Amino acid sequence: MDYVSNTNKERNLMLKEIGVEAVEEIFSSIPEKVRLDRELDVSGGMSELELKNHINELAEKNYSLDEYTSFLGAGAYDHYIPSIIDHLISRQEYYTAYTPYQAELSQGTLQAIYEYQSMIAELTGMDIANASLLDGGSAAAEAVLMAARVSRKNKVLLSSGLHPAYREVTKTYGSPKDLDFVEIGLEDSTTDLDELESQLDDEVAAIVVQYPNFYGSIEDLERIQEMKDKYKKALLIVVANPITLGTLTPPSEFGADIVAGEGQSLGNTVNYGGPYLGYLACKGDRKFMRQIPGRIAGATEDAEGNRGYVLTLQTREQHIRRAKATSNICTNEALNSTISTIYMATMGKQGLKEVADQSFKKAHYLADKINELDNFEVVNFDNFFHEFWLKSKKPINKLIAHLKQNKILGGINLSRFGEEKGLLLSVTEKRTKAEIDELVELMGEM
Amino acid sequence: MAERLIKNYSSPGRKGYSLPPLDVPDLELEEYVGNKYSRDELNFPEVSEVDVVRHYTALSELNYGVDSGIYPLGSCTMKYNPKRNEDIARLNKLSQIHPYQKEEDVQGSLEILYKLKDDLAEISGMDEMTLQPASGAHGEFTGLLIIKKYFEDKGIEKSKVIVPDSAHGTNPASAVMAGFDVVEIDSNEHGMIDIEKLKEAVDDDVAALMLTNPNTLGIFEKDISEIADIIHEAGGLLYYDGANLNAVMGYARPGDMDFDVLHLNLHKTFSTPHGGGGPGSGTVGVKEFLKPYLPRPVLSKKEDCYTWDYDSPKSIGKLHAFYGNYGVLIRAYSYIKTLGSEGLKKTTENAVLNANYMKNKLKEEFVLPFEENNLHEFVLSGVKQKEKGASTLNIAKRLLDYGQYAPTIYFPLVVKEAMMIEPTETENLDTLNKFIETLKTISKEIEENPEVVKNAPHNTSVRKLDEVKAAREPDLRW
Repeated sequence: MDYVSNTNKERNLMLKEIGVEAVEEIFSSIPEKVRLDRELDVSGGMSELELKNHINELAEKNYSLDEYTSFLGAGAYDHYIPSIIDHLISRQEYYTAYTPYQAELSQGTLQAIYEYQSMIAELTGMDIANASLLDGGSAAAEAVLMAARVSRKNKVLLSSGLHPAYREVTKTYGSPKDLDFVEIGLEDSTTDLDELESQLDDEVAAIVVQYPNFYGSIEDLERIQEMKDKYKKALLIVVANPITLGTLTPPSEFGADIVAGEGQSLGNTVNYGGPYLGYLACKGDRKFMRQIPGRIAGATEDAEGNRGYVLTLQTREQHIRRAKATSNICTNEALNSTISTIYMATMGKQGLKEVADQSFKKAHYLADKINELDNFEVVNFDNFFHEFWLKSKKPINKLIAHLKQNKILGGINLSRFGEEKGLLLSVTEKRTKAEIDELVELMGEM
Repeated sequence: MAERLIKNYSSPGRKGYSLPPLDVPDLELEEYVGNKYSRDELNFPEVSEVDVVRHYTALSELNYGVDSGIYPLGSCTMKYNPKRNEDIARLNKLSQIHPYQKEEDVQGSLEILYKLKDDLAEISGMDEMTLQPASGAHGEFTGLLIIKKYFEDKGIEKSKVIVPDSAHGTNPASAVMAGFDVVEIDSNEHGMIDIEKLKEAVDDDVAALMLTNPNTLGIFEKDISEIADIIHEAGGLLYYDGANLNAVMGYARPGDMDFDVLHLNLHKTFSTPHGGGGPGSGTVGVKEFLKPYLPRPVLSKKEDCYTWDYDSPKSIGKLHAFYGNYGVLIRAYSYIKTLGSEGLKKTTENAVLNANYMKNKLKEEFVLPFEENNLHEFVLSGVKQKEKGASTLNIAKRLLDYGQYAPTIYFPLVVKEAMMIEPTETENLDTLNKFIETLKTISKEIEENPEVVKNAPHNTSVRKLDEVKAAREPDLRW
């Protein structure tokens, strides 16, 4: 099966028009030396039925969240997703369209981006937001590179409460630049503020903290702001899970200069890690506006004075500035940002708050129950939002296996990140009291 | 025609969602985290489910997609996005899996990724692939970091990357992000790499030459072997920008042209939807000697078990928090399994045939700046029409009036008033003829009534938009 429409007769007609005998002749511009002298060895040629059988056979080997109750988080969250989202983004006008370069025939995409930017700015409390970046990790990295350009400094203080994968991505992005990364350790479950203070100096481009952090704890942003304010050039980058901002004070209130992170929790399926979307919001002064990476939609007027939308401030971007662009990003995660736009609109003023609130309360119900058990201790019992760090007297892998036998994915073994020991558990509004009780009961059996 | 903003649907107290009532004991956030961290207000829309559906349906109607008609953006490869791939990517068993589930839980997905990796390596002639990069530019950045790391590891200092003037803007931008200085070289009068200029530019400080082949004019670099020798003899590496792989798939492989590193845009050649600007996927392939530098983790197969291997001390690190745009990878795999080697080759042939047919039909009406044989796309110049009063931009906008999308314009930069046309293989003869006729009609309009073209578009939901105003008075949110 293929997707070529033209028949042999039509192809012959076209060949005649071009003036060649056979299609192979057109490829004569490829020198013989580099021409493939055999057929590709790629299996396939399947009909739709064969394809679906083939894929289903493979898919059967997976254990999905459909059959297993998940308490997994760490940057990918299993929230409720309203049915309308997939119906709307399955409209071909959204998903088969290109980047809106011809604005007059792309007003749907452009206005959706404008609405996305508006709601992300509102949620984070910042002045402006871009159209999206590739994922949470690359958004954190781009925020750091941007801060280095704005501040013209090169020391970057990375909190160990920042997701380990985001730290690694940030360092990869920063590796070709003359950046000096310093990791600030933890005290209990939050950034060690004494260490942070001792590392602050005039060379600091940015302090990067996560809110709530990787272990679910809320950083003392007020004190971090006080420390940062002593150094004029240093910027504060807050990597925030946008869902939690439904009830948590926006980072703007604590002097954040850039807020960036992963937008997956806003209506996107867990999808084994992608496609997700990075978001980036910042202050609106000119120096930020000149340095923000990625596409931005803006409102303007058409020839008759009617409101319309275009991609704007494009002199920052690679297709105009080439080597002098603020970033190389071209394709971003437009469809995922459309998903998040529709999600934010659907949940609205009350819904986002309720999702955050229920996730918070259910996580605390679980932590309370677990703390009553003998073999477990919630490390950050006094400070977490909807995700927490558990220490266990029983081997973690045995616990995970026991839970899995009972169709529960009971947290992430922190050993995979090679830093702290324990289990990271996350609870969203989707989990029921019965599911949580079952988890606690099974843990009690250990 | 305009659609108001979603916030203008808002009515205090209106709701578009429902959640089950809270079934655990209540706990006040403010009591727990303190007043300081408890949010006062969230000024989001208050709308009903129907409001949301109507609004985003109305917005979609202001868009044009591949299912609406021809989308001849050169270099962008706007081919049909098969529906079955959408269904497959949404299967619960494939999509409802968490990135931190253990490998043993997700063997089906890992097997798909592994097979995809193998197929892409075979199609491109490379030894190993990473699926992590989430876009073409992300792939370029990854590939260049690999090159950088390789030279560092060998203790060789190299600071320059050569990029032809016809290259995509992402090439120089990625090179700078990866810490290189960019040397741009002019094309020759045939639109190809000027061998003499290349020789002049090459020295032992050159880490890589980035090349798109066929190039952005759709022309195959016939001296590719000589180019490769020049770069390799100077100790540099050859980078392949895979944006145009769809022109040679089944006929030639970058690996056989001696490219050392490449990226492939799965959202171009392998039919995954562009989504209005993403998600994409820019998988990167390397030759054997560069394998140790690939991003972490590397997907490997041990006996019958697929695993993520984090133990790669020379790796450039991670570029994505997880494993890349998995959902896009699933779609690309479905596409490749549908076509197989025979279908892939037929696809290439028809992409090339369609482009050559169109070029032939249009080369009289417009200026064809390069006579060379082109493959899957071609570039026309609107200089003749410009003299008569309407620019390429005007022509592009006028095409929208006729319900068809415009080609890529003003790119590549080496052609004045450029129109870069790529019909792809999925368009049939009727559609091609209709587009050809429309372009000819517009050219006639320019002779008879240039104003109608200059003031286009007339029939779209908005008229020509003021980009200068947008940039001077930024209005980026409500």
